[in-house]
Amino acid sequence: MNTKVKIEDLNVYFGQNHAVKEVTLGIPDNTVTAIIGPSGCGKSTVLRSINRMHDLVPAARVTGKILLDGADIYGKNVDPVSIRRKVGMVFQKPNPFPAMSIHDNVIAGYKLNGRVNRAEADEIVESSLKRVALWDEVKDRLKHNAMDLSGGQQQRLCIARTIAVKPEVILMDEPASALDPISTLKIEELIEELKEKYTIIIVTHNMQQAARVSDYTAFFYLGELIECGETKKIFTTPEIKQTEDYITGRFG
Amino acid sequence: MEREHFSKKYDEELNEIREKLLEMGGKVEVMIANAMKALVERDSELAEKTIKFDHVINHLEVEIDEKCLQVLAKRQPAARDLRFITLALKIVTDLERIGDQCRNIAMRARELNEEPPLKPYIDLPRMAGAASVMVKEALDAFVRGDDTLAIKVCKDDQQVDDLNEQIQRELLTFMMGDPATISRAMKVNHIAKCLERIADHATNVAEMVIFMVKGKDIRHTTMA
Repeated sequence: MNTKVKIEDLNVYFGQNHAVKEVTLGIPDNTVTAIIGPSGCGKSTVLRSINRMHDLVPAARVTGKILLDGADIYGKNVDPVSIRRKVGMVFQKPNPFPAMSIHDNVIAGYKLNGRVNRAEADEIVESSLKRVALWDEVKDRLKHNAMDLSGGQQQRLCIARTIAVKPEVILMDEPASALDPISTLKIEELIEELKEKYTIIIVTHNMQQAARVSDYTAFFYLGELIECGETKKIFTTPEIKQTEDYITGRFG
Repeated sequence: MEREHFSKKYDEELNEIREKLLEMGGKVEVMIANAMKALVERDSELAEKTIKFDHVINHLEVEIDEKCLQVLAKRQPAARDLRFITLALKIVTDLERIGDQCRNIAMRARELNEEPPLKPYIDLPRMAGAASVMVKEALDAFVRGDDTLAIKVCKDDQQVDDLNEQIQRELLTFMMGDPATISRAMKVNHIAKCLERIADHATNVAEMVIFMVKGKDIRHTTMA
């Protein structure tokens, strides 16, 4: 299988705090990889490194390489905006643009590429909303404010906005933790469908969710990658005691 | 030493299942001993008691299954705990079937006690002893997570199989020598078969223990 994202010797520091330590990890194409671990283990920090979000934090320092299709995203002359176009991100709390309609929310990211004619915009809005299974629910009120939608719908809208830009990798930081169980299942169902076209990396606190949606699972603790492997193996017969203690609820 | 869960209640629930399985195993061992005693000492009353006792084992099976389902539903166990619960669900079936086999032995014993003795029983009690030790050791291995002991149980199965074959050969000579013995010899043969099955169930449990400890499935391989 083709490696889409290769993380090599990644270290992230926030001032004196060494948040991520010497992480090396390969993410295969068209798969879902879950990152699990207790709070403060560095999982979100690793996720955010993959689309250079730490560039925006003055005290943050990143060393090591992150290769996207073999090219280092931290290389010289690499424009972080072009990386974020290829590597989309979905956050914990649904964050549609509050002053925009449903339609305008979906197309907002895509428009940054340049002028878009109306027919093209409509087509992208429709296909993106269909892809996240939201189209039937909102097609008659595309001009309504996005904040009128339920939390689960808003989150699917945010995913539609992410994929409208046609990314290759989608990062998800606890995408369902603010949602009710049914909306959560819809997001999980969506993740399953999205992996046919995209490579997905998801951070989750919900271990059952990791077990359900992912092909691979990486367990982090205190900034280090402890174990990574096929999800079916990690959740039945992990190699490392720490992993086992964590997923069985024994972590001290 | 095994670390405890954050949830003490979860630990209690798992321990309860472990203890119930041990209780069931202990009762099954007594059943084997009693069924054999009923045969060897021609004690039809004990045979009757053993037949009736089977419902206690059946009841335990239902109870343990229920507890396992509760844990699965409430805790969504993973890794070692998941292997333990799925294993408990399977072990309980093997133990229940051992109970059924003991019931069969007791029923044959009751019938045989109505007729003159065919021959002194020598190999059958040896076989029962070996099978019973296997059941006990398989459960000990389960409780202690002892894969070395589990491997021993798998290997000991051969000894029971050998005794079974020997008994069959001997019974054949009886039947060929005097057709009047056929009915009784068939019943004795059935008892040997039951003991052989009991040893197989113990082997199943032992194989599963190896899976629980090692996470490696050795069923249907040459090692087992």
